[in-house]
Amino acid sequence: MEPQEDLVPTAIVEPPSALRWRTMLAVPFAAGLALAVHAFIAKREPSLETHSYRLLFIEVIAVSILLALLRRFSPGLRHWMANMWPIFTLAIVLVCVWDIITLGFRMLPLPYFPGPSAVLRSLINDRVLLLDSTWHSLVLLLSGYTLGVIGGLISGICIGWSSPIRYWGMPLLKVVGPIPATAWIPLAMVLSPSAIISSAALIALAVWFPVTMLTSSGISNTRASYLDVARTLGAGRAYLIFHVAIPAAVPNIFIGLFMGLGASFLTLVVAESVGVKSGLGWYVSWAQGWAEYGKVFAALIIMAAFFSTIMTVLFKIRDRALVWQKGVIKW
Amino acid sequence: MVAPAEIEASSLVLCDVRKSFPAPDNPLSRRQVLDGVSFSLGAGELISLIGPSGCGKSTLLRLVAGLDSADSGDLLIGTEPITVPNAERGLVFQDPNLFPWLTVRRNIQAGLVARGILHEKKNEVDDFMRLVGLEIFANVYPHHLSGGMAQRAALARALINHPKILLLDEPLGALDAFTRMRMQDEVLRLWEARRTTMLLVTHDIDEAIYMSDRIMIMTPRPGRIERTIPVELARPRQRDSGDFLRLRSDILKFLHFAGKS
Repeated sequence: MEPQEDLVPTAIVEPPSALRWRTMLAVPFAAGLALAVHAFIAKREPSLETHSYRLLFIEVIAVSILLALLRRFSPGLRHWMANMWPIFTLAIVLVCVWDIITLGFRMLPLPYFPGPSAVLRSLINDRVLLLDSTWHSLVLLLSGYTLGVIGGLISGICIGWSSPIRYWGMPLLKVVGPIPATAWIPLAMVLSPSAIISSAALIALAVWFPVTMLTSSGISNTRASYLDVARTLGAGRAYLIFHVAIPAAVPNIFIGLFMGLGASFLTLVVAESVGVKSGLGWYVSWAQGWAEYGKVFAALIIMAAFFSTIMTVLFKIRDRALVWQKGVIKW
Repeated sequence: MVAPAEIEASSLVLCDVRKSFPAPDNPLSRRQVLDGVSFSLGAGELISLIGPSGCGKSTLLRLVAGLDSADSGDLLIGTEPITVPNAERGLVFQDPNLFPWLTVRRNIQAGLVARGILHEKKNEVDDFMRLVGLEIFANVYPHHLSGGMAQRAALARALINHPKILLLDEPLGALDAFTRMRMQDEVLRLWEARRTTMLLVTHDIDEAIYMSDRIMIMTPRPGRIERTIPVELARPRQRDSGDFLRLRSDILKFLHFAGKS
């Protein structure tokens, strides 16, 4: 009759102490290696070009040593380091390999594949424009995504709950929904005077379809016994929809939100590179036009950080909303 | 049939109730599930309905709850016909069906929220959680509860509406033998404390004898109440007393015979 213990995932296990020291030293060691390799292969380069790259790895070494000293004071930091350090080490080693392939042996054609030091330089030199582009992308993405989610939830709930709406709405959804939002670009350019507005609408369309699909299937698959119980408790239609069907559909709705987020990234980048005159997608094609591939790679790095941050935020929101499923969901 | 004078305000009367469903193998023909079921239930009574699976016990309960409607016949609460589900008739299934997205407390008060009277009756929520001994689990989500605890929460959720009749559809069927016996006492305690009329569907003969005032035996194809047996044993009942065992073997013999014919 006792409640089951709240099992916290125990993936983060403190490794034995010998291994722990090796883990701690791996990051500064890898950074030192990258620094040494770079110093050797970049002898002929002007020192200004490689200055910030060197500085970065010196900072990495300094910070990792500092953290290794500080870790005894914070168990949270210790866990984080034990968890992340192997990944960081590998990332540094990969950057070093990239350096060797490009700058060291010149195995990849220039200017398409600059070395990491050149990319870092572009990142630093163009930081104002990159930041501005990120901001524009964020505004466009969020306005389109929010619009699409609101629309998708409303249409999904209506289609999932009411059979007449399902009868008329489902065929439309099935025919129009699968068209990639980017395929509407020619039409959107004609219809809307502003590229920003039409891009936001396209992103909304891209998000709307998966959110509608998953919401309606979640609502219509609500366990009949939950609805039966609620009705015998005296529930009216509003309670059945808002307190039973929608909460029961939330796990499904989140799958739709994630699918929609992926679609919105794609649509954002395409819309920015063909119509909108700002944002990261625009920046990439602009830099490509000038054959500044260092900037292209810099923008790709920013994009990766930007999109994965948004993804992480959505994961956090999901964990919050689905706290009642703790231990049930694994995806 | 029951004379009108006998009908009390909270009694349940069924008169010649019939219900059929489309046959699963042939959609053109219909399978008669209930074929003229009549009985009445006085206020405060606890009556069991037993019978082999597939004899229409759950269908009957759904009709009484108002979740389905009968093809013909009358279902009355007092003098009011049963049409739609109503908070006056609580229903507890074999699966507790607690809403997994609500904590135990919010599950128990769901009926009050659904009827928009949570504000007036807020203090009752604690009473009902105490009644089923779940007060320390108020803020726990259902997936942390054991089967017995979840079923107690489901009982409290149904009882908080002060139903005139509580319909129990094999509520203890999924529990292990020890928990089930403890829960039988628990349900009896709630019944004695609140004198709620209860209609208990079960396939456990011992449970029916241990708990009920009367036992109705249903037979399948066509679903009909073949026999009603009063249980005139003093409470609390002993599961191993001579009368208990005699009644048990009578019922078994009857079911065995009915199953063969």
